[in-house]
Amino acid sequence: MSVFAQLASRKDCPRADTAGPVVIMTRIRLARNLRDCFFPDRADAQMRAHIRERCEKALGSLPAFKGGLVFDIERLNEWDKDVLVESHLISRELAQAKPGASVFISKDCNACVMVNEEDHLRMQFLRAGLQFKQAYKNAEQLDKALEKKLDFAFSDELGYLTACPTNVGTGLRGSALMHLPGLVLSGQMEKVVRAVSLLGMTVRGLSGEGSEAHGSMFQISNQQTLGEKETQILQHIEAVLGTIVEQEENARLRLIEDSPEKLFDKIGRCYGTLRHAHVLTSSEALNFLSLIRLAADLNILPPEKRPALDELIVQVQPGHLRGIVGSQSMPPAQRDIARAAFLRERMKAFPEPDFSKAGL
Amino acid sequence: MAENHKCDMCGKPATVHLTQIINNQSQKIDLCEACAQKKGMAASEAFGLSDLVAKTMTQISQTVGEALAQSSVELCPRCGMTPLQYKEAGRLGCPECYGALSSVVEPMLQQTQHAGKHLGKAPARDEAAQKRLELQAALKEAVAAERYEDAARYRDELGKLEAEPSAAK
Ligand SMILES: [Zn+2]
Ligand SMILES: [Zn+2]
Repeated sequence: MSVFAQLASRKDCPRADTAGPVVIMTRIRLARNLRDCFFPDRADAQMRAHIRERCEKALGSLPAFKGGLVFDIERLNEWDKDVLVESHLISRELAQAKPGASVFISKDCNACVMVNEEDHLRMQFLRAGLQFKQAYKNAEQLDKALEKKLDFAFSDELGYLTACPTNVGTGLRGSALMHLPGLVLSGQMEKVVRAVSLLGMTVRGLSGEGSEAHGSMFQISNQQTLGEKETQILQHIEAVLGTIVEQEENARLRLIEDSPEKLFDKIGRCYGTLRHAHVLTSSEALNFLSLIRLAADLNILPPEKRPALDELIVQVQPGHLRGIVGSQSMPPAQRDIARAAFLRERMKAFPEPDFSKAGL
Repeated sequence: MAENHKCDMCGKPATVHLTQIINNQSQKIDLCEACAQKKGMAASEAFGLSDLVAKTMTQISQTVGEALAQSSVELCPRCGMTPLQYKEAGRLGCPECYGALSSVVEPMLQQTQHAGKHLGKAPARDEAAQKRLELQAALKEAVAAERYEDAARYRDELGKLEAEPSAAK
């Protein structure tokens, strides 16, 4: 069975239901390594297999992962890997990792552990909306359970030792996936990126690397992992995120007040295109859906449609689309046609935009 | 043993002498500094590390470490990572690289982590794991101070501890 089918069969897996208008998703990542092994990049095939075996043993015995999913990356095709990346369950880097890499996904899909990515263990905890506290609670629990079974590389001075010194210390990276169409449309994103990096945060586009942001979606995370307690790191991110949310809301308000026609025209065109287009690339679809999501946030479309839109934002990406259409080997041109057809059908469930209702 | 050793790779005078142990057979390798650095000393292929279990690795590390103490090459005694390799790969080779390659790691920490000290959580260790750490530290100290009898005793105790089925394994 394909990864797509296995994920689709899990009720809990789409975490879209409680996403906020600006913060779509919260993620906590902890990096850990086994004391007595080389880091994955330096380890040879045999050592990587040995590392995986030990991690597998430890993870497999935990209740949270009973009845979950395990995938050995080298056994997956590109399509399966795309689905995992688009679902935020693995990184692009893990998808391209040398043999010996795996991902363990908890039963409730809120936790996943990448084995033999840059570090031996990269535990990730995902939550819809802004929920750092809950995500970190889950992280602490898993870390505690694993450290009873595995001897982690740790020094009093530098904390948890990682393959790259940029992760050393807490090994903690908190990040939020944010939808910032207001800041993008009003041309303020560059300014925000600069300000945020001065505050010790990194801003990246939706797919992780690079700054190209499809659909005005950005990941914001802490740069520093050493010298602060975990709770301080998270408080720091939350404070910065709070400011960005405020700025985004102000930007949206100004768009409605200063140049409503321009904004309504954009939204109207996106709606029309999604209802009637016959060829749509993935980045086009994401950009249009982003504006439709903004319309739902502004009450121009029913706000309760937001979860459905968040689902569509994942579904129009190449891996998921191939799963939905049920064809693995589909040339990109054909995929764009299938994507447009899929969206035409789904958009029928959305009423016409009502611009008279626009407001925050 | 007193004659001049030649580098096994290029034939120049060798300054780094290693003993690797495979299946209880010890084998000598002599390298010049340039080749040692180029080969990354313990690059697993070159030294057949892939065939060895962790325990044997520790033994090799020790011989490599002793050899290195006599040479001036800065590299990780455990995994053989050199500063140059680290700069190229952007990643360290093993947890011990932090101490061994401090000339390149320190500036990196200063730059990206503002040279902070760890204030976050630490692993809660069970007794066996704690004991193992203490023994490892004592062993290192004993070797450094050339108290070989003590070192042998610590090594035996460590061996016993690792043979026991512990929760940390
Ligand atoms: Zn040579
Ligand atoms: Zn090393």
